[in-house]
Amino acid sequence: MSPAHSTETAGLNAAKAYFGRRYMLSASHRLHADSLSDEENRIAYGKCNNPHGHGHNYTIEVLTRGPIDPATGMVVNLVDLDREVKARVIHRFDHTNLNSDPLFANRVPTTENLCRTVYDLLADALPAIELEYVRVEETENNFFQYSGN
Amino acid sequence: MVFLTRRATFSASHYYWNESWSEEQNHQVFGRCANRNGHGHNYTLEVTVAGEPDPVTGFVVDLKGLKDIMEREVLSGFDHRHLNLEVPEFAAGGMIPTTENIARAAWNRLERAVNTVGGARLSAIRVYETPEIFAEYRGGL
Repeated sequence: MSPAHSTETAGLNAAKAYFGRRYMLSASHRLHADSLSDEENRIAYGKCNNPHGHGHNYTIEVLTRGPIDPATGMVVNLVDLDREVKARVIHRFDHTNLNSDPLFANRVPTTENLCRTVYDLLADALPAIELEYVRVEETENNFFQYSGN
Repeated sequence: MVFLTRRATFSASHYYWNESWSEEQNHQVFGRCANRNGHGHNYTLEVTVAGEPDPVTGFVVDLKGLKDIMEREVLSGFDHRHLNLEVPEFAAGGMIPTTENIARAAWNRLERAVNTVGGARLSAIRVYETPEIFAEYRGGL
């Protein structure tokens, strides 16, 4: 999703709009920072520091931005978006322990960091569109959103 | 500046078809959405307006007034309709009734009415085709 783009059919005068899609994935994690003592970890993370971990059903909301292609009426074909999100994010993390993924080897898998990681994995997924934000809902009451730097 | 959003639902049918393409190309790009008999959705329309709360009423916009505008300009034309066959913006040769273009059509129908009802300005239109698929339009190019 590079910043400068134009497709053959979209042109530079096509109206800009946003297309969003929500995905689900289930994963476990444990919040524990190696740089902190066991006691400090318990204070910082509470129940989330349980050595055996725990899990969530995460909702990943992806909002893309780009011109509406006059030929298709679309910002992005959701088949293409689904293919990239599933290959880069869902298949990677669904039904896994996030701590065991190399991307979290040196980064605590808080939902803030999961959100940022998902954004980075998708940032260049589709050349014709830009990524407006990634929102990760850890529960129906907690969510995090990242729009890049 | 305060943003206020009013939500409404409508049900409609549609299909995707580009008249300048071959039948094969339409099926290749649009997949099941190219079925000429159409299919339907329960859509959710979210209309967001922006403004300063009125010092007397505390309102950014009169919600009943906004509801009436949404009903008159959009819902009466879209609800329980076939978008391709009954809504002029999506007639053959016009816009394809994707979620993106439904958001844009709703914006065009609402902008003037919303912006003249009080001090508020239309800020965004979000249309959910399903709970997992949505598009947003904020005006302009």
